Amino acid sequence: MKDLIDALPDLRERLAARRELLLANAVMFSEIPSHTFEEADRARFMMDRLIEAGCHNVSTDELGNAAGIHQGKSGKRNILVSAHLDTPFSRSVDHAVSVSPNSIMGPSIMDNSLGLAAVATLPTLLEQLGIELNDNLVLLGSTRSMGKGDIEGMRFFLDNNQLALRAGVLCEGGTLGRLSYSSLGVIRGTIDITTKRGATGLASGGAIHILNRVVTKMLEIPLPQDPVTQLILGSIYAGTTYNTASRDAHLRFEIRSEGVGMASEIYEAIEGVVAEANAMSGTKAVLNKVGYRNNVSINFAHPLVRSARRILKELDVEEHAAPSTGELSALLGRDVPSLVIGLTKGEHRHDYNETVEIEPIFTGLAQLITLLQAIDGGLCDVDEA
Amino acid sequence: MEDFAMSTKLDKWIKSNTFHHSQFFDQLELLKQKEKTGLTISLCIPTLNEESTIGKEIVIFRSELMERYPLVDEIAVIDSGSTDKTLEVASSFGADVYFAGDILPEQGHKRGKGENLWKAIHQLKGDIICYVDADIKNIHPRFCYGLVAPLLYRPEMSYVKAFYDRPLAFSQGIRPSGGGRVTEILVRPLFSLFYPELTGLVQPLSGEYAVRRHVLERLPFPIGYGVETSHIMDVYKEWGLEAFGQTDLDKRVHRNQETLSLGKMSFGILQSFLGRMKGMGMEGNLPEMHNILRQFQAVDQQYEQICHDIVEEERPPMIDIPQYREKMGY
Repeated sequence: MKDLIDALPDLRERLAARRELLLANAVMFSEIPSHTFEEADRARFMMDRLIEAGCHNVSTDELGNAAGIHQGKSGKRNILVSAHLDTPFSRSVDHAVSVSPNSIMGPSIMDNSLGLAAVATLPTLLEQLGIELNDNLVLLGSTRSMGKGDIEGMRFFLDNNQLALRAGVLCEGGTLGRLSYSSLGVIRGTIDITTKRGATGLASGGAIHILNRVVTKMLEIPLPQDPVTQLILGSIYAGTTYNTASRDAHLRFEIRSEGVGMASEIYEAIEGVVAEANAMSGTKAVLNKVGYRNNVSINFAHPLVRSARRILKELDVEEHAAPSTGELSALLGRDVPSLVIGLTKGEHRHDYNETVEIEPIFTGLAQLITLLQAIDGGLCDVDEA
Repeated sequence: MEDFAMSTKLDKWIKSNTFHHSQFFDQLELLKQKEKTGLTISLCIPTLNEESTIGKEIVIFRSELMERYPLVDEIAVIDSGSTDKTLEVASSFGADVYFAGDILPEQGHKRGKGENLWKAIHQLKGDIICYVDADIKNIHPRFCYGLVAPLLYRPEMSYVKAFYDRPLAFSQGIRPSGGGRVTEILVRPLFSLFYPELTGLVQPLSGEYAVRRHVLERLPFPIGYGVETSHIMDVYKEWGLEAFGQTDLDKRVHRNQETLSLGKMSFGILQSFLGRMKGMGMEGNLPEMHNILRQFQAVDQQYEQICHDIVEEERPPMIDIPQYREKMGY
């Protein structure tokens, strides 16, 4: 590990000298609309990049994932390096990116065009830097990560992948220093309220009145402080105009908890609230579960986590543990030791003016490459560390 | 009969000299072809206060056309005197930046895009110079390789212009493949009247084109709006229609100009056009004007002419009509 640590400053410098390759890929990924379930164009671009970089077995699958293999010297073991392809921005959004000397701004540049660019550029960077790994790198752009996608792309890939994975590294644009080695229990759901014309009682005021009562009762559900549990009301929409009582109202929410089984308990309580609303005259209330993640984690003392922390420390980056609500759950649930790392600093995540800083990217890339070298060298295996 | 012959000639030219950038997608092949020809290529971006778009252009061009596939030998920004951070941004991403006034100082400095293009010939080294505007929001390497590629494969070609898909309303697989407003309202009618062969150029005013040095160095350069129009007329006069090529670069997203600005542009173009007519001895001796206005539409990637026979007949003043005079008792 010492040799890798000693090489970090030089590696960062050499990466900065090749920045156009990565920045151009980040910009081009960002300008390809890729709303969840509509990732085909980005997947195509990812595969083109992997083919140009000489990767093997570049292909897509039934769910549109883009994958390729950067072959290692021995090729006996495989490390997964992945980033998700989808964004919350619809095709109609202006996807133009602007580049200034210190930052890049545009929809999805942080989440997760930069992460994708890192994965797609990795083979070229390794070649240019003269870094050869023994292990194969399985490079993946995964679909259906966000919202109703319910990490279906990664789940499908892992269910059908024929290669034994030694470890996984998931790349996110932000934030540098992030280390996710545990996955929160997550349940995502929607509540759809409709009311009939001529309904009586509370429903006579329309669907918004009913949804208002549902929300009030949801907020009365006690949430434990430890294990930390949150009920997030993410989006609400209803009705059509000013002067007509709305006939429909819709809520999207997420429950997340560090406690095993806690998200399910909260969800059951919400089921009761919705059932009560559904029993009201002239009202139909429907609860749908659209996403689910188990609580899984690797230990804080796991060699993979220890190596990642040491690399961050040497790079003078403050680490912050942040449980994941994304693909990490699928990997850890299949006993693949994995981490989520962030590549740079940024702001306005999921806004149209999403922004990333350029300079810290090279620290983030140095972190990624060194971590892969550490895994490749057996420094992150439980039995060899 | 003459019109039919013209249509046939134009159809043939369009078929052989019109390209789509996707034909040149394989940049590795392009690179091999470039090495075979031994030609060098310079990319010139003329600027004036373009700080919001120049950074992205340089990053993408450097990565895709120099680092990944070294198709371009130099990328230079030639600036007219920006007061924003255009030069700082371009330089920070590795472009060579020049103030036009510093190039050939003994020739003086005039402000205008044509001035930058002209001085680029002196400053840059390439056998081919590709000009790309700096205000393109959806910049992509095709904006350069799509224009340069025909010159690498077709030695008889010297001047390759870009044209773009303009996504106006279209249906049933047919889309209007016109130029901008000034092209369709001014330049195309002028070409249709006096130089019908040049109507095959879908967007004669597009700001992106690649040209061989031996042609560029022989062209006079209006410094303002007339530069593209006069280039086309001069190249046509000297080297003929076969010197031209054009490449469909799909969509181009850029600032939309106000009508007043288009008026200024049209005025400059008219000046250049009429000046060229004078130079060709057509002043006071107008040739017979053609009645066919040639526009274009695209079906998939095939471009076809639509010919409109337009005869602008003229009525005399009503007071000259006997019946009218009789009715009114004149």
